Amino acid sequence: MIHRPHVDWFALAPVNALLAVAGLALLTAVLVPRPARRTTAAALCALGYAVAFGFAVALYARSAHGHGVVANAFRRDRFAELAQMIVAGAGLLATGISLRERMRDDHVGEYYALLAAAGAGMAFFVGANNLMTLFLSLEWLSLSLYILCAIDRDLLGGLEAGLKYLIVGGFGSAVLLFGSALVYGESGHLDLAGIASANRPHDALLLFGLAMIISGLGFKSSSAPFHMWTPDVYEGAPTPVTAFMAAATKTVALVVMLRVLRTAFPQEAHLWTVAVAVIAVASLTIGNLAALVQQNVKRMLAYSSISHAGFMLIAIAANSALGGRALLYYLVPYAAMSLGSFAVVAARERELGVPVTFDNLAGFGWERPVLGVAMWTFMLGFAGFPLTGGFIGKFYVFSAAYKHGYTWLVIVGVVATLVSLYYYLGVVRAMFMRRTEDLQLAPIGGSPPRDSLLQSAVVVCLAVTVGSFFVVQPMIDLARHAANALAF
Amino acid sequence: MPTLLICLPLGAALVIWALPLNRVSAGSLAVLAALAEVGVWIQMLARFHFSRGGLQFPGHRNWFRDLHVSYHVGVYAFSVWLVGLTVVVMAACIAYAFWAGRDRTRAYFGLMLFLDAAIVGVFVAQDLLLFYAFFEAMLIPLYVLVGVWGGPGRIAATLKFVIYTMAGSLLMLAAVIVYGLQKGTFDLTTIGTSGSNWLFLGFAAAFAIKAPLFPLHGWLPDAYRESPPEVAAVLSGIVSKAATYGFLRIAIVKFPGPTHVLRTPILVLAAIGLVYGSLLAFRAPDLRGVVAYSSLAQMGLITFGVFAVNDLGLNGAVLQMVNHGLISATLFLLAGMVERRTTTGELTRIGGLARGRPALATMLMTTGIIALAVPLSSAFAGEFLILAGVFRRGWGWAAVGAVAIVLAAMYMLRLISAVLHRETGPSVTDAALDLRPAELGVTVPLVACLLALSAWPAAISGHSFAHHISTRSGWTSYGPMKSP
Repeated sequence: MIHRPHVDWFALAPVNALLAVAGLALLTAVLVPRPARRTTAAALCALGYAVAFGFAVALYARSAHGHGVVANAFRRDRFAELAQMIVAGAGLLATGISLRERMRDDHVGEYYALLAAAGAGMAFFVGANNLMTLFLSLEWLSLSLYILCAIDRDLLGGLEAGLKYLIVGGFGSAVLLFGSALVYGESGHLDLAGIASANRPHDALLLFGLAMIISGLGFKSSSAPFHMWTPDVYEGAPTPVTAFMAAATKTVALVVMLRVLRTAFPQEAHLWTVAVAVIAVASLTIGNLAALVQQNVKRMLAYSSISHAGFMLIAIAANSALGGRALLYYLVPYAAMSLGSFAVVAARERELGVPVTFDNLAGFGWERPVLGVAMWTFMLGFAGFPLTGGFIGKFYVFSAAYKHGYTWLVIVGVVATLVSLYYYLGVVRAMFMRRTEDLQLAPIGGSPPRDSLLQSAVVVCLAVTVGSFFVVQPMIDLARHAANALAF
Repeated sequence: MPTLLICLPLGAALVIWALPLNRVSAGSLAVLAALAEVGVWIQMLARFHFSRGGLQFPGHRNWFRDLHVSYHVGVYAFSVWLVGLTVVVMAACIAYAFWAGRDRTRAYFGLMLFLDAAIVGVFVAQDLLLFYAFFEAMLIPLYVLVGVWGGPGRIAATLKFVIYTMAGSLLMLAAVIVYGLQKGTFDLTTIGTSGSNWLFLGFAAAFAIKAPLFPLHGWLPDAYRESPPEVAAVLSGIVSKAATYGFLRIAIVKFPGPTHVLRTPILVLAAIGLVYGSLLAFRAPDLRGVVAYSSLAQMGLITFGVFAVNDLGLNGAVLQMVNHGLISATLFLLAGMVERRTTTGELTRIGGLARGRPALATMLMTTGIIALAVPLSSAFAGEFLILAGVFRRGWGWAAVGAVAIVLAAMYMLRLISAVLHRETGPSVTDAALDLRPAELGVTVPLVACLLALSAWPAAISGHSFAHHISTRSGWTSYGPMKSP
């Protein structure tokens, strides 16, 4: 008789809720008549994310002592639950942003099904506790995203984006898998804690495996030098998908990187902290320098997301409780700012029907003041100005780096911030300081389309971005409990 | 009370942004809020115990505990005067903008009030990170105010301004983090002193750029020329004082060792700025250029006073900060009024404005005369104290300062004669009227403040560091500002 492990269904509830919704949304493609299909599928998807968020909150409250569940394949702890909350929040907002996307009706059911499935994969990924579940959930979320990128056949760059993401992402997954195999071969364990406790010699094979795992996760978090796919995919994919990827995929990739490195490789900390710091510097350098010359706003935001991966990797490189707090805190305003800024880009795109560049943003801030002010705030937040959570995030990250003894990393981060000002303020300049007469493209069809869901998603992002500046202590408490689950 | 001073304009700004007010009601609401701010400040002044000294009206709330950062505000005697300068000048500038009329009214007045709150915040913050946050927050409205409502070259001017300032600010951020984490607290009232030259330079860089001091003033002429006049008034009148305040409150108090070591290079830079700025002001082809470069010179002089680090110098520096704030704000507003009438600030195209315009002539003449520090003026008192203070550090410094005061007389008299006297310039028509009552309403209070200070400069110089409360003399005994 096969021994069946005890299954803690509650721990899997966020994942299962999203999976169930994905199935239901797929059914709408068959059962619901075409006019109602979009709304029904979107409502289901939103419901799934809302329920997942609720479950994640409940789990956070009841998982003070983290433990492995389902034969230790999945970890139920506050670290995972906090990340699930971010993912679920991002998914909910992304659903709202997606609703009015100009897209043909024939694949809306699949779109929302995949959006929910990607969220489910992410919710599982952040709790993955052994190398098998790690790889499986990574593929789960990646496959959903590959299709989402290419789902809009009318979008010129969409197919290219999907294909490029598939190939490069597939390569990244393969690297991760190969690394896992090496680590397993050397340590004889699949589960993360087991790898750490295994009696293993310090040899090249294990280190090579470690390096490959870092690289594989580096691909997903789009940190340099594993970032080449990012600008093209972010530019080509439908903007709501880009928004979701920028916020959620990066969150889970970084969170999982911290968990894997911290849980499985504590003995190698002296090596991977340096490696991560180097990757952080590379991301900051490449992301910022490349962003300077972009004309397309989505590409600029893609490079900015690479440089932000660099900032958050600094927190991982610090390898301390403070670093963990810094990462988890930073992710919240970062996710809000990314989602919000891509949502504003989506709004402009829908107005004009062409890709958004710095030139055709001219006068946008005065035409649509709410979106304009929101975008302004997001840019200030990315640049680390006060009155946004980005400021506190950077402060925490730099503090963590300094306490770890990486003063040089603080200097690099400061210089990177200075460089980044040029292109972030470029957006503000384009939106507010040019006259509307400079506008090169007249909006199609008179007044801009009403899109209250997108508008409210942007306002929520704005509230989170600004609110996280004022309400720091509760958020840091959340982050502290979560980071403590990793036994710093 | 400091919290009220921060929240009042902020709240008014939010109301103006949120409600669909028309031009007149948005503007009058902004003016009312700015006047209420002055009222609150007068209350504070009346209730401030100058004889007791120390930090007063404290307000404290935890912000985040694990790194010991808190929202901590309060005022010292000298900060009371700087807050007063801020609220008075802001009220005049907002009123002028209301009268002059700015398009996109709600955005404009909201930003001005936001700026008001941020500057007051800088002067009352008693936590390093909070201070930094306010210091940075000033830049947000300034960037837009210059970039949207500025002149034709505004985009380049704002870019230069922001990149310069942020370069300094980010160095300061690194210094703030290192300093705060080393000492285990960010509270300015309890944080210990440090002997690190690097940290000192991090802070000094930010303040030297914002002030600006000599080699770092590249942003100044463009920003002052391209801004709307009232924004230029705020920039040179009060934003630059945030920098010298930073020198006073943080650099010399928290870093006594590095201050001692690096005093000479800083005094040299200040001296160069003082002379060089005066010469440029003498050569500047336009009205605003003169005021802008004179501002550079005056900031050098104030830095002299601060880095003399003795009672005379510091008292003089605080007095001169207020003086120069009022003077340059008035001059920029007057420059705006002249430009409005003649469409240009080029000195060769204006002239003879005094004829038939007695009010304009009187205002410009009075301010100019005070600015060139004739005896009995408040600027004379301030500069005299600064020179006396810096004389104790070496007679050479005082000699440079004295030369610069002569130069100040030269460029100010040139300005006055070029604008008011000589033959009528080609851009001056008979349609250019004298100052309107509203314009007088804006400038008269500023000039009245200057005259009052001329009559009683000790109001500020004798009430900034309360030296009679202790056996140890002067600013070093000033409550938590003790130096070891």
